[in-house]
Amino acid sequence: MTREPSKVGKGVVFFKLRGFRELGIIVFIIIISILIGIRNPRFLTWSNFHDILIDTAALSVLSVGMMLVLVTGGIDLSMESVLALTGMIAGMMVKQNPQLSPLFMLTLGLLLGGLLGSITGLIVAQGRVVPIIATLSMMYIYRGITFIISGGKWINAYEMPDSFKEMATGRWLGLSKLIYIVLAVYLFFYYFVNHTHTGREIYAVGSNQEAARIIGINTKFITWLVYTISGALSGLAGVMWVARYASAQNDTASGFVMTIVAACVLGGVSITGGVGTMSGVLLGSITVGIINNALPMVKVSPFWKMALQGLIILIAAIVNIAISQNMEKSQLRRRAI
Amino acid sequence: MVGTEDKYILELKGISKFFPGLKALDRVDFDLRVGEIHAIVGENGAGKSTLIKIITGVHQPDEGDIFYEGSKVVFNNPTVANRYQIAAVYQQPASFPHLTVTENIFLGHPIIHSATKRLMWKEMRQDAKRLLHSLGSDISPSATMNSLSVAQQQIVEIAKALSVNARILIMDEPTASLTKRETEDLYNIAKKLRGDGVSIIFISHRFEDIYEIADRVTVLRDGKSMGTWKVSDITEHDLIKAMVGREINQLFPKNTVPFGKELLKVEGLSRVGYFSDISFSLRAGEIIGFSGLVGSGRTEVAQSIFGIAPADKGKIIVEGREVLIKNPMEAISYGIGYLPEDRLEQGLFLPLSINDNITISIIDQLTNRGWLNPPQEYEISSKMLELLQIKAPGIFHPVSSLSGGNQQKVVVAKLLAAHPKILIMDEPTKGVDVGAKAAIHQIMSDLAAEGLGIIMISSEMPEILGMSDTIIVMHEGRIMGVFSRSEATQEKLMEAAVKVNRLTQAQVIS
Repeated sequence: MTREPSKVGKGVVFFKLRGFRELGIIVFIIIISILIGIRNPRFLTWSNFHDILIDTAALSVLSVGMMLVLVTGGIDLSMESVLALTGMIAGMMVKQNPQLSPLFMLTLGLLLGGLLGSITGLIVAQGRVVPIIATLSMMYIYRGITFIISGGKWINAYEMPDSFKEMATGRWLGLSKLIYIVLAVYLFFYYFVNHTHTGREIYAVGSNQEAARIIGINTKFITWLVYTISGALSGLAGVMWVARYASAQNDTASGFVMTIVAACVLGGVSITGGVGTMSGVLLGSITVGIINNALPMVKVSPFWKMALQGLIILIAAIVNIAISQNMEKSQLRRRAI
Repeated sequence: MVGTEDKYILELKGISKFFPGLKALDRVDFDLRVGEIHAIVGENGAGKSTLIKIITGVHQPDEGDIFYEGSKVVFNNPTVANRYQIAAVYQQPASFPHLTVTENIFLGHPIIHSATKRLMWKEMRQDAKRLLHSLGSDISPSATMNSLSVAQQQIVEIAKALSVNARILIMDEPTASLTKRETEDLYNIAKKLRGDGVSIIFISHRFEDIYEIADRVTVLRDGKSMGTWKVSDITEHDLIKAMVGREINQLFPKNTVPFGKELLKVEGLSRVGYFSDISFSLRAGEIIGFSGLVGSGRTEVAQSIFGIAPADKGKIIVEGREVLIKNPMEAISYGIGYLPEDRLEQGLFLPLSINDNITISIIDQLTNRGWLNPPQEYEISSKMLELLQIKAPGIFHPVSSLSGGNQQKVVVAKLLAAHPKILIMDEPTKGVDVGAKAAIHQIMSDLAAEGLGIIMISSEMPEILGMSDTIIVMHEGRIMGVFSRSEATQEKLMEAAVKVNRLTQAQVIS
């Protein structure tokens, strides 16, 4: 037995596997599209695909925020409530001041969400409260505030100016304006996580917090930052959501946080931290969008839809475990005892 | 070979470090010359790790001074060590497993575009490649860390040290999990760095390492420095004597009892990556002591027999019947009891009462049609409390309120309540005071006299020598020697534990 292969390193093989994992999602998307297309040809039309993209817009934006939190080894359950609260405030504002521009509203959503997220971030980073508990509490608190400020009332479509709703219905070069917002978010964060020092530090903290501290990374700041970002993106998604559905409700996006986690997991983000890519969460979000869109089109009952969604996530998780166990095993074999 | 004779880069003078109830370092002197490889050796718990942590700024000394190039310095946090260009490579690299090689090397000091603040990946990758190349390695800079072998990860850690122009490199048992070939590569790297003027502190259990590459060697024992020698001036035998040379006190009485029938026989037990070809036999009344260094595979063997992490190969025969043990429940059903090393995490339910802890593993036998039988539970617990002389106000007090030694006794009580025939005890007296230690040893001796077979894992030489009828020494997952009580000496055991059997190594590689 020659010892050459160990020099080459398993790195090459692993990279193929990593590539394969994202390829796996693409293949899955293609297969399910073909299967659904056979049963209902309308699924494969451009206009339906465009609909899927619009429906997935908010989810795609939210997944980026959730991914960054998951990469540090945390979780942000408060995203759905930040979304609802910001959406409600935005709705109330455009109802009072119809002249406010959509661009202003989106910026406001980002800032307001960022503020709400930074409070959660402080509690986790400085208060050392376990992320799931801290964000669960904030989820209830922000949801509660939504009810308080709205007095339990909805903002309906007719109360919103057309300029605001046009954000979702309006098109630019044939594509919904929402899609451009998603594009901007992904371009910005692609650069941020891959090409800035702070972006990479997020991954370092999630991969090995102690080692990160030793090389001089401010782990508390990074922790605070990811919750602030996820808050900001939730706020942005809140404005998009209210514009898209032309209504701001108290129970907007209630329970939606699990869908965000599902999109991340499908996209290969590790719940235990350290792993997650922008292309992965985008594909994960689109996959969730397709499942949501396609299953009703082939007349699958809503009950089955949820169960199938769960089954698909489960399969993705099992594949994750299988790959990591396989790697661990081959690592041990190299120790040659 | 030896570096610049009287130029010291680092000097530690009279360093002491106290932990609650423990003097980890006691007025230790240590110095490091420019461009030398200085080995530190010592038994488990001799203070090597504490010394390293003081040099890297993780711990601060309670007494003594540190001098860097002749001037007094204070290493009060880990980032200070970075500033003084001190880098460490650990046995298990403390890196970022999910990130790439390039990032692991440069994350603490990235190359950033001065205007745009963009990370300059191309430059960093090229630098990483150059550094790795200078170490004779062709690891891809874009491979993720967890895709590399331990040896490769260590090379990356060394590259990281080079990237900050480390002047002091600490290597903490770097060869412990390497193959022969990888070890030789590491030797060459260390020698090359020494040639470049880097000073290396090399910690190892393997004498082979020390005689191969070190210039000087310092021996630590029980937190004290036993002296520093030029490697060429000290024989292996004298080195071993310096490491272990303490008197054995008579704290450990195991009464000799006639052995009964064979209770447990293990044949060719192997688990990939942990241990290989383990065979031994345990008789009633016998205590077998497993000696060897931390990480030699002793605990893993015990956990295999108890079904926590089953072996891949080999036979386990309990009272003449071959059995397949896949989980602890099955092991318990065959009459095997296991006392884990980490009693707080694996042995006790701290918030629960003494009674609950003792009876929890036999609760099935105490129930009547699903209903618990408290009076019977209390009876058993009270009996155990008396038998093991557990000092507690009563059986309803939470275990968390007891002292370490008494907690340990509760774990033993829990085991005994299940009436085991075979007891596996991993470091049974770790972290308990002298009195409790003697009591636990007395209990073990009594149990053996009653016909139990005991497997004891211990890192304490006196305990091994005093308590065991038979001593098995393990090293790197293999049995390196079996000694009867009468023929065993500290020197013989240490020799077996640190010497690498060249034959086995050769077999591994082919």
